[in-house]
Amino acid sequence: MATLGTKGMFDVFTRSGSESRATHYCAGCGHGIIHKLLSEAYTELGLQDRTVIVNPIGCAVFGYYYWDVGGVSAGHGQAPSMATAISRLRDKAITVSYQGDGDLAAIGLGHTLQAAARGEHMAVFFVNNSIYGMTGGQMAPTTLIGQKTTTSPLGRNPATDGMPLHLCEMVNTLTLPVYIERVSVADTARIMKAKAAIRKALEIQRDRKGYTFVEILSPCPTSVGRSPLDAAKFVIEQMEKEYPLGCLRDRSAEAPVRPEPKPWVSLAQFFGDDGSEEPRHEAAEVCERHFKFTGFGGQGILSLGLVVADAARALGLETTWLPTYGPEQRGGDAACMVVTSTHTIGTPAIEHPELLVVMNQAACAKHLHTVRPGGLAVIDSTVRLPDPLPEGIRIMQIPAIDLATANGVPKAANVAMLGALIALDALGIPAHVVTEALERSFARKPALIEPNRRVLRAAVDYCRHHGLTGELP
Amino acid sequence: MTKFVKGNEAVVIGALYAGAEGYFGYPITPASEVAHKAAEYFPATGRIFVQGESEDAVAYMLYGAGAAGCRALTATSGPGFSLMQEAISYMSATDIPTVIVDVMRAGPGLGNVYPEQADYGQVVHGGGHGSYRCIVLAPGSVQEMCDLTMLAFEKAFEYRTPTVVLADGQLGQMMEPLRLPKGEAAPVDTSAWATQGTPETRRNLLTSIYLDAPEQERMNVRLQAKYARMDREFQRSEAYRCEDADVILLAFGSSSRVARSAVDALRADGVRAGLFRPITLSPFPIDALKPLAGRRLWAVEMSCGQFRDDITLHLAKAGILPSGGIGLINRMGGMLISVKDIVRTVKEAL
Repeated sequence: MATLGTKGMFDVFTRSGSESRATHYCAGCGHGIIHKLLSEAYTELGLQDRTVIVNPIGCAVFGYYYWDVGGVSAGHGQAPSMATAISRLRDKAITVSYQGDGDLAAIGLGHTLQAAARGEHMAVFFVNNSIYGMTGGQMAPTTLIGQKTTTSPLGRNPATDGMPLHLCEMVNTLTLPVYIERVSVADTARIMKAKAAIRKALEIQRDRKGYTFVEILSPCPTSVGRSPLDAAKFVIEQMEKEYPLGCLRDRSAEAPVRPEPKPWVSLAQFFGDDGSEEPRHEAAEVCERHFKFTGFGGQGILSLGLVVADAARALGLETTWLPTYGPEQRGGDAACMVVTSTHTIGTPAIEHPELLVVMNQAACAKHLHTVRPGGLAVIDSTVRLPDPLPEGIRIMQIPAIDLATANGVPKAANVAMLGALIALDALGIPAHVVTEALERSFARKPALIEPNRRVLRAAVDYCRHHGLTGELP
Repeated sequence: MTKFVKGNEAVVIGALYAGAEGYFGYPITPASEVAHKAAEYFPATGRIFVQGESEDAVAYMLYGAGAAGCRALTATSGPGFSLMQEAISYMSATDIPTVIVDVMRAGPGLGNVYPEQADYGQVVHGGGHGSYRCIVLAPGSVQEMCDLTMLAFEKAFEYRTPTVVLADGQLGQMMEPLRLPKGEAAPVDTSAWATQGTPETRRNLLTSIYLDAPEQERMNVRLQAKYARMDREFQRSEAYRCEDADVILLAFGSSSRVARSAVDALRADGVRAGLFRPITLSPFPIDALKPLAGRRLWAVEMSCGQFRDDITLHLAKAGILPSGGIGLINRMGGMLISVKDIVRTVKEAL
C-alpha cells in the first residue's frame, strides 16, 4: 500500500514498531476513513499542535500509529474521564475522545453520559459498527435485533439481550451538549457529510463552545462476516434504519464561550499567613492532660472540645482533638477527646481521662467509669447520678443546660459548661486564653459572641456563688 | 503560622503548597472532608475541582491529568481505592505521576467508617493487575498529612509513578496544630513526556500496550529497575527510644501513636521499649530496620497481620529471620488498639 500522504498523519507508521506504510485495519473497515477525516480536519483548522487524542480500547487503540498529535491510551470506557481532566487542566488543548461502541456504550456508558452532562469541552467521536471488533465479534449495545455475533450466535434476541442503545438520542436528553450529529462513512456522499460534521465538532472546540458528540456508522466487514462492499451495504440498509442519520442538535451559535482560567492566588495571602510563629510552650517536665467531652449530637460537645483544644494550641501546647464520628453526623452520641501536652503526644484516643464532661444521661452511663482515679467528672444537673457512685473520683454537678436557658441561649449549654470548667480551673489553661478561644470560634458569627459571653459569665458566677472551685487533681 | 485542622484538611493544604492544579473527588467516609476542603480551596485559589461520578472515573481523571503533565490528586477510602486499582495499574505502566490519599476504614466489604489499616496489602503491593507497586507514604500526625502529601507530589514526579498517602480514619478526623508550609513548590516542567496540547509536546505519546511479548517483558524489567532505584534512594523511617530497647514496637499511622504512648508506659514499668515507624511503606525502610532485627519485635497494627507479614518478608529477603518471629498486637473492624493491651501483651511475653 502506498503512503497515505494525508495531512496531519504520519507518512510511515514507525509508532507501530515497524516501517509499515499499511494500516492495521482490515480491508473495508471504516476506521481508516474516519482517521483520515479527523486528521484532515485538525490540520486544515490549524489545530494539529493543540490536539490531544485519547485513544480507546478496541481496534482504534492504535490510532496513535497514524495521528501525528499528542496521544494517550485510555482504560476501557474511560476516555471521557481522561479527556475531562486534560481539557479542564489544559484548556488550550483540543481534546478528542475517539471511541467504539463496546467502549463508549457498554462499559463506558456512565462516563459518556456524565461527561456530556457536565458539558465538558471535548469532541467525542463515536464509531458505531454494531459489534466488538478487536475482541472477536461479540455483541455490543448497538448490535441490531437478530444480528448474529459470537455471543449472540442465534441472533440478538430482545427477550434475553435487550434492545439496541441509541447514543445520540441519549446524549440529546442532556442540556449542555452543544452539537450532536449522526453520520456514516458507508459511501462517498456520506463520507463528505461525515467530514463536515467532524470539522464542525473541532471548530466548536476551537471556539471554546463545549461538548460535541458525533456518532459515525462504520462498516466492520470482518466481524459482521461480510465482504467490504456488503459490509457497507449493511450499514446503509440495516444500521441506518435503526440509527437514522442527521443532526440532532446544533447550538454552536448561541453556546457561551468558555471563560479563561483565573490566575492563582498566593497561598500565604489566602490563608493569611504573615510568617509569624506561635510561641512554643517550653517545659522540662512532661505535663500531659487528658479530657473527654460527652453528650448527644446537637449539644455542642465537639465544639466545646474544640474551644479547649484551640486554647491549648494558642498557649503553645501540643494538642490533639479526636471526635467520635459516624457515617451521618446528626443525633446520637457525641464525644470528643482532647489531649494537651508540653511534649509530643502519642495516642489521641485516650482511655482514662482526668477530666470528663457529661451532658446527658446516656453519656454518664457510658463514660463515668472511665475516669482515672483522682480524676474529675463535671456533669450537668439534669443527669441522675448512679448509685453507688464510682469511688476515687470527684464528681461535680453544674446546671449548665438551665443556666444557658435562663440566660436566653438554650443552645449554649456547652458554653455554660465551659464557664464552669474555667471557674473550677479544671483545664489548666488561663481563663482569658479560654475566653479568647471561645470568641475565635464565633469569628464567622460575631452576633453570637455577646450572648455567649453572658452565658459564660453566668456559669462562672454560679460556681463562685456556690463555692465550687478547685484545681485539677 | 499554625492552623488547628483535621488531618483531612491538612492533606488539601499540603496539596495546594505542592502546586496541585486539580482535585478530582468522589465522596466517601471517612475521607470526605478532603473533598469538602478541596471544593472550597481549589477554585478559590484558581485551581480545578471536579466531582467525578465514581472512584474509577476519578482515578482515570488523575490518569488524564498526569498524562497532561499536571499535578492532581484525590482522596478516598478502602472501597474506593479498590475501584481505582485498574487506573493505578495503567498509570504505573505508563509512568504517570499522581497522588492518591487513602483514608482507611474498616472492611472487608461495606465494613464501617472507623479506622483500620487493612488496605495495607492492596496499597503497598500494587493491588491491581500486573507487576507494579506505588510509592506509599504513611503519615503519623496531622502535620505529616500535609508534609507527606507535599512529599508525595515531589516523589511522584521525580520517579514518574503513582504515589499513595496511606492514612486512616483517625488521622483524617483528628485535629492538631498544623504549621503551614514555608513556601509553594515551583512548577514542574513535564514537556519532555506529557501531552499538553502544545507544539513541543505534539509527538509525546503515553501508552502501555506492547503486543510483542519480548517488548512487554523489557517494559516490565525497566519498571522493576525503577522500583529498585526507589528502594535504594528513598527509604524513610523514624526511631523513638530504640537505642537501648530490648523490645521494639513496629507501627505506622495511628497505630504508631498508640505504640508511642505504649513505649513510654512500658518504660515507666521498667521495660526498655522503643518504636520503629516506617514513613515509607514502599519502599520499605529495611536498611534502618535491619540493625534492630535482633531485638524482640512486635507489630502493632489495625489489620489481620498484613504489616507484620510484610516485615517478615522484608527481613527474610535481607537474610534475617528474627528468632521467634515477629509478634502481633492487633485489632480489626474499627476497634482501636489500647496502650493497656500493648503493655500487657509485651510484658506477658517477657
